[in-house]
Amino acid sequence: MSGTAQWNDVTRRYGDVLAVSGVSLSLRAGEATALVGHNGAGKTTLIKLLLGLVRPDAGTVRVSGVDPSGAQGAQARRKLGFLPENVAFHGAMTGSELMAFYARLKGHSVRRNRELLSLVGIAHAADRRVSTYSKGMRQRLGIAQALIGEPQLLLFDEPTSGLDPASRAEVFNTIDLLRRGGATVLVCTHALAEVEHRVDRVAVMHRGNLLAAGTLDELREGVVPEARFRLRAEGLVGEDLSTRLPAGSRCTEAGEGIVLVSVPAAEKMAALRTLAQLPGVRDISTAAPGLEDLYRQLVERHEAMAA
Amino acid sequence: MSTLRIAWQEIRVGLRNRWVVATTLLLAALALSLVLLGSAPSGAVQADPLAIVVVSLASLTIFLVPLIALLLSFDAIVGEQERGTLMLLLSYPVARWQVVVGKVLGQVCILAIATLLGYGVAAGALALESEIGAPAWNAFAAMVLTSIMLGAAFVAMGVLASAIVRERATAAGLAVGVWLFFVLLYDTALLGILVADQGKYVTQGVLEALLMLNPADVYRIFNMTADEGVAVYSGLAGPGTAAPTPPGVLLAVLAAWVAVPLALAIFAFRRRPV
Repeated sequence: MSGTAQWNDVTRRYGDVLAVSGVSLSLRAGEATALVGHNGAGKTTLIKLLLGLVRPDAGTVRVSGVDPSGAQGAQARRKLGFLPENVAFHGAMTGSELMAFYARLKGHSVRRNRELLSLVGIAHAADRRVSTYSKGMRQRLGIAQALIGEPQLLLFDEPTSGLDPASRAEVFNTIDLLRRGGATVLVCTHALAEVEHRVDRVAVMHRGNLLAAGTLDELREGVVPEARFRLRAEGLVGEDLSTRLPAGSRCTEAGEGIVLVSVPAAEKMAALRTLAQLPGVRDISTAAPGLEDLYRQLVERHEAMAA
Repeated sequence: MSTLRIAWQEIRVGLRNRWVVATTLLLAALALSLVLLGSAPSGAVQADPLAIVVVSLASLTIFLVPLIALLLSFDAIVGEQERGTLMLLLSYPVARWQVVVGKVLGQVCILAIATLLGYGVAAGALALESEIGAPAWNAFAAMVLTSIMLGAAFVAMGVLASAIVRERATAAGLAVGVWLFFVLLYDTALLGILVADQGKYVTQGVLEALLMLNPADVYRIFNMTADEGVAVYSGLAGPGTAAPTPPGVLLAVLAAWVAVPLALAIFAFRRRPV
């Protein structure tokens, strides 16, 4: 189980604030997981627990089988790369000097540093002081330092904050590259749409609680009660349609031959077969709810249960 | 190894942002002016000029070195945390004690460079124009060494302040407070107590113990009494003096003034949420 990380029923308070409450989650080796949730959801606390910066009040945390806040914690951190939210560096030093410092701290040679700086696209500025770097360049330097020593576990806290759209895409390309190299990646973000198709799994945090975790499909199954279709049809009336569809289906006419259909999620395929055979139906489009919708529904359901 | 890497990084940053150059120049300029003025009082008397300079440099050190040390160190932990570089550093395979010891070591090295160069230039200038005996050189070497130790004590206290407070501004205030207390207020308060007490409770032994509770006083006593040649000029020698605290004990007390705040700083930093 090397390269993996687990939180087992972890609770952590800061004074009266419950930052993380009874969270059990594990990162699978070689997969990219997105930890999503709004600010203050407990994402950064989960990362700090993995880094051994804070200890859990209850439960256990393991990185490569080791307690990161214990005596072996430093060993666990040797195989780990971390990009903090709003990464900062000592402005008086140059990019390559900082990379050399960090590589040596991790016990690695500085030979690959140039390569890493070119990978993130700031090799040209390697010998300039970091105080002259733009926000985007600092973020790239932050990613480069996280990649030192080919870590098995990578933790990225808001990796795309402050980056332009092109750089954001590059960040995710880098993450893809790492994942294909066999690394386990955790990306914390509140930019839900961005990670949607870039990760294997999603874990949704809300006010310290883990609301759901799994692949996007698994989350949809558990959360979204109905599938939605949009039909382009001629000579069909909504009421007429719903009698043919499985029980619990609803149809609404949206004008100009467009009918919106929603059916219970379990009946999705049966409904599709029925619709496809109807003579008047010209086109069917299905829309899977995105991560944003899922997140909203999960939060609503959680609030309703808490109320 | 990580400790030394952090120390070296601290020195490089000190070189880069010109802390080293600035403190060296400051100490050299003041020391040189003391040397030039200091040759006056010896006059025609056959005194070793370096012995006189040791007395005046030691007085300069007591004011200046603790201040420089605190300015260097108050930022060490809380400043890194506010800038956001501390969390990244701690995500590396380093223990917290290594961060504290590394930073203190680096900052003491910066002070040591400044003291050695600054005071060395002054002594060199003196050696060019007059003959200096071996005892005076020894006293000078001991003075430079203890100056660095005094600086280390205040670096450790500054890092301790940095490890216990939440905000940079508080650490700065605390550092100024430490300097005022040990360098200015402590002796004045002690003098006030002595005058008010009229020798009833504060005996010689109690006074010596109280002086040990201030690293600046320990430094002063060491440099003004350890060497006979120097003691004459410091006005602290004479038949009336009871047996002074042996230099070895003074050095040990000064070393404790480095070690204890350092240990407390490590303890505080380990408990600090990051």
